[in-house]
Amino acid sequence: MKLLQVFLTDTHWAIILVLLPLAAAVLCFLFSRVASFIGVTTLFALLLSVVGLGWQMRETGVYHHAIGGWEAPLGIGLYADGLSLLMLAITALVGLGISIYATSYFKHQDAARFWPLWLLLLASLNALYLSADIFNLYITLELVGLAAVALASLTGGPDALAGAMRYLLTTLLGSLAYLLGVALLYHGYGSVDIAILATQAKSEPVLWVAFGLMGTGLALKMALVPLHFWLPATHANASAPVSALLSALVIKGAFYILLRLWLEIFAPHSGGAETLFGLLGSVAVIWGSLQALRQTRLKLLIAYSTVAQLGYLFIAFPLATIAGATVWIAVAYLALSHALAKAAMFLAAGNLIRFGGHDRIADLDRVVQRLPLTAGAFALAGVSIIGLPPSGGFVGKWLLLESALSQGRWDLVMVILLGSLLAAAYVFKVLGRTFTKAPVSHEAHAVPARMEWVALLLACGAILLGFLAPLIIPLMDIGNPFTISGGQP
Amino acid sequence: MSNISFALAGIGLFVLGLYALIVHDHLLRKILAINIMGSGVSLVLVALAKHGGDALPDVVPHAMVITGIVVAVSATAVALVLMVKLATETGRAMLPDDSTE
Repeated sequence: MKLLQVFLTDTHWAIILVLLPLAAAVLCFLFSRVASFIGVTTLFALLLSVVGLGWQMRETGVYHHAIGGWEAPLGIGLYADGLSLLMLAITALVGLGISIYATSYFKHQDAARFWPLWLLLLASLNALYLSADIFNLYITLELVGLAAVALASLTGGPDALAGAMRYLLTTLLGSLAYLLGVALLYHGYGSVDIAILATQAKSEPVLWVAFGLMGTGLALKMALVPLHFWLPATHANASAPVSALLSALVIKGAFYILLRLWLEIFAPHSGGAETLFGLLGSVAVIWGSLQALRQTRLKLLIAYSTVAQLGYLFIAFPLATIAGATVWIAVAYLALSHALAKAAMFLAAGNLIRFGGHDRIADLDRVVQRLPLTAGAFALAGVSIIGLPPSGGFVGKWLLLESALSQGRWDLVMVILLGSLLAAAYVFKVLGRTFTKAPVSHEAHAVPARMEWVALLLACGAILLGFLAPLIIPLMDIGNPFTISGGQP
Repeated sequence: MSNISFALAGIGLFVLGLYALIVHDHLLRKILAINIMGSGVSLVLVALAKHGGDALPDVVPHAMVITGIVVAVSATAVALVLMVKLATETGRAMLPDDSTE
């Protein structure tokens, strides 16, 4: 027992989280015949490593390690607090679901191409959540982008290739804007370490310009309205597991960086940027939901729903100036439950496409009777996206709503409620069609049970998150990620 | 003084590249535009590393530029492969019209 405890607290779980998927990616590339086996095993190991890291952090607090004894700026510092831990956990959990789904979805040639890229993406995402300096964040951001683009182009065909190309140009532009911001911050304060920058930052032009550049670059990668032009086509034309991982995980990487930089460096010197974020977020919620409602193809509907749901994350910025940590907990909760629910929705859509050969909403044919698990998955994920109790989405939206009410921000209250109403409309637009017989019947193909169960379990996870709030919120507080660092006024 | 003018030239390249990225349709031109923007950022980094006078320049931004070059080369490679694939599929090295429908 003692030995186990020493093992748990002394192992460098964070390093395993980066190195293991990297090594597995190479192995999958070399031994493509057993790629799915290597992949799924790796994902289980990653999940266990996150649990190990969580255990370690509960015992000893935040994790900090300079690899090889080299600190930033020349070395690579790893840092994990409650926020990083939860992002790592959701990545491993949703990643495991997507991986199991992928074992049935991809065959032969496709599987050989999918696994190395997917494991590379996981290694980069984990490194992103563990980075302690803004330059390494740039590197990981770029790695995530390149792996995601390659995955998005896997299906081939003009639509997917054009979507991937547009995604690549957008993501490169976003990274370059971010890098220029890094250059300015380094020039201004002589460091790239987030903790050092947090104490050095002052309200002055170099900081504002750097924030403008980094904020715009990251908003572009997160498809914040009006920079969302690339998202629907890219996410809708990729294969089902890839759509799920793009919408559920990749977007959250950019959001994590924005949130981290905001909390540590920029919040005390924002100069009203939170008002702009709130405004754009509100537009995103309303406009994205309306667009989702207009779509005739299921995957486009889900993609526009992502645009809308990301808006909620930005509505939090103006509320947090007064309410502080509560609102950030709401945001983290929304991000986690969106990851689970959106992955479930895209995987369910993948099942429907496999089943009927199309994703036209009007032609869904008595899905409830023929694919009950998939219909259930979509409905449960919808409950969380709408924000109905007792789901994880409900906890997040309720905390947001409460802050907006107590601050008398009636405009934001209206947006939050209207967004939920519109979400209910587009979820029921799909669900309504699943009960009825389509005008034209299609030849049905069998859907492997594994693919149905994964979608359903992920959706159940999004609901379960609502019950787990008392367990998860204390974990988030490790290292107080949500207290705005002082800095100089 | 001259390091400031280099930094401004870097910003100029960044803006020029951004303009080209937006106005040109051909993907090769867009990829070149991104590369020019990257060179602009590198120039800013190197120019600001020099503190003027005879003092030795700061090496950290140089290390960043080298890393940045590695990233730029890989990204360009991915972009070129995608462009060639798109061109063989559609016969044109261009993105389809910007309708998201």
